[in-house]
Amino acid sequence: MLPDPASLVIQLLNGLQYGMLLFLLSVGLSVVLGLMNFINLAHGTLYMLGAFLGLSLVGVTGSFWIALACAPLLAAAIGALFYGVLLRHLQGESAMKQVLVTFGLIFIGIDTVRMIWGDYEEAIAAPALLADSIRIWGQPYPAYRLFVIALGLVVALLLWLGLERTRLGAVVRAGVDDRVMAASLGINIDAAFFGVFCLGCWLAGLAGVAVAPVLQIYPGMDVAILIPTLIVVVVGGPGSLRGALLGSLLIGMAETFGAVLLPDFASFMIYAVMVLVLLLRPGGLLPARQTA
Amino acid sequence: MKLLAAVAVAVAFTLPIGARSAEPIRVGLVLPYSAGPFVPLANELGDSLVMALEESGMEVAGRKIEILKEDTTHKPDVAQAKAKKLVFEDKVDLLVGPIGSNELAALFAFAAGSRIPLIIPNAGDNEATGEKCSPWVIRTSFSNDQIVREMGPWLIKQGIKTAALIAFDYTTGHQAMDGFKKPFIAAGGTIVGEQYPPFGPISDFGPYLTKIKEQKPDAVFTFFAGPPATALVKQFSEFGLKESIKLTAAGWLISPLNLPGEGDAAAGVIGILNYVPAIDNPVNKAFQQKFQAKYNRTASEFAAQGYDTGKLIYAALKANGGKTSDKAAFVKALHEVSVEGTRGPLKIDPKTNNIIQDIYIYEAKKVGDKVDFAVLNRIRNVQDAPNGCKL
Repeated sequence: MLPDPASLVIQLLNGLQYGMLLFLLSVGLSVVLGLMNFINLAHGTLYMLGAFLGLSLVGVTGSFWIALACAPLLAAAIGALFYGVLLRHLQGESAMKQVLVTFGLIFIGIDTVRMIWGDYEEAIAAPALLADSIRIWGQPYPAYRLFVIALGLVVALLLWLGLERTRLGAVVRAGVDDRVMAASLGINIDAAFFGVFCLGCWLAGLAGVAVAPVLQIYPGMDVAILIPTLIVVVVGGPGSLRGALLGSLLIGMAETFGAVLLPDFASFMIYAVMVLVLLLRPGGLLPARQTA
Repeated sequence: MKLLAAVAVAVAFTLPIGARSAEPIRVGLVLPYSAGPFVPLANELGDSLVMALEESGMEVAGRKIEILKEDTTHKPDVAQAKAKKLVFEDKVDLLVGPIGSNELAALFAFAAGSRIPLIIPNAGDNEATGEKCSPWVIRTSFSNDQIVREMGPWLIKQGIKTAALIAFDYTTGHQAMDGFKKPFIAAGGTIVGEQYPPFGPISDFGPYLTKIKEQKPDAVFTFFAGPPATALVKQFSEFGLKESIKLTAAGWLISPLNLPGEGDAAAGVIGILNYVPAIDNPVNKAFQQKFQAKYNRTASEFAAQGYDTGKLIYAALKANGGKTSDKAAFVKALHEVSVEGTRGPLKIDPKTNNIIQDIYIYEAKKVGDKVDFAVLNRIRNVQDAPNGCKL
């Protein structure tokens, strides 16, 4: 019953690739939740917009790389607009209000996308450089998926460096620890948080374009990815980069190996992991703020 | 005075009859036009149905044919509400729908209960023309079993001995796989693995395809349609399965709607379906020409089904003299007509209310830098057993 080593390696890569997608999406959501105590369910909308904007950019410029570079910036700009016009006013409101408003934004987002891009499912082809499969231990594996893994790891590294080694990172960490104290020290916490929010939107947009050649692009893709992303945030612990990374790897592997080892329980697997983690560690595995 | 009154009464009685003969025949299309994954299918099918009726001048026995369209938004309760509106407010003579099996139960229940003919132009759930059949529900498309059951025996003849199955974990997926399994095993084949990924929009088949490689089948048989089909075909190639395993499927996997997205990965895939654009008969050739001139793309199986449904409806209306007040007589006419459709000869089986049609096995082949189809086998007059239907 033991799978041969080559298949095991491929399955690990599958799990890693899905985990990296979840990481790109969950890290933005998690940090915003942990820092600003702000639940933004419309985070997935920026993922969807990133994918569709990427689609249009590829259509106009013919280059995947331009789309990868620019679509996240557009997503961040749209996120900033959301924030300035609407979300800013929800700061400090009850969680219920935040959930309801951002949930409503999801549907506005879906219908807007349908109005602009239509109902048909779309696809972005992997760029020519990465279109082939590479042999890993004798087994073909799509080169593009390796790229997604590498992208996720690079982003994780850059975020970690930013958080630990830059001034903004220090400000953010201080704000997470004790917002009131940090503000009273003269730090412009609001500006820092706005910056973090925009970064989260940028990451969501990046995830949308990066994953488009693997999954499909369609209105409603945000809702499909929202639940696994939320599970990752809950499992990893809100507010922390390491939590998001650990959580996404855990969920990515659970989903992948659950599908092949326990097929009858596959659709249930990630929820089982979440329940287990919450029973043992209610605050998540590596939350930013350790609950006393 | 009495004579005047008598004449007035006589005139009064003739007038309504005169008005009735000019009354149009109303056909109600209840399809998911604006939401859900079947929107492109609804448009292709609906437009082609109208195209078929337009070819006969949109009139029968002096009555004009009116098409009324209602949008189900891919929701069963909306579908039923729209069907009620079409029947009770708009007074349609028959209903056509749905595309997907999700809306089928709701429309079926309404039509059967209200005794209004419902013509199913797509949804393939076996039971609708099996155990749960109704004298008011007629299907012009296919049953899931009807599509797949000839594939297994044919594969055995080609030397395929083992197969792995994969389909989404829902009714249609299981019906398609079960329909393939039994004849394949009976003809001497072995199933080496079955996987049913949860039915969801995330179509990452990596883990499942990797497992299939471990199972080392001669062929894979699958059922997917729409975007997941494109994903499967591409990933089957990317993960290297194409090198050693034959990919076979219910033909929607390589539908003309999916080929552009699949590209070269589709070459060599074998499909089985009630329609393929390459079918060589005069009706299909004319239909494809007309469709391509109008829409600038190859007509899919859904368009073909829409067109054939239009032709069947017209034939039945004509055979019944254009009369629609007796709905049962219209249904009887549907049982008695036969039509040369894009798919070949078509007839409705009075024992199940399902269509009797030819089934085609074909291969997607690379022709230049396009992928095109070559018909490998044609099984004539495939008819479902009653399977519990008592009509």
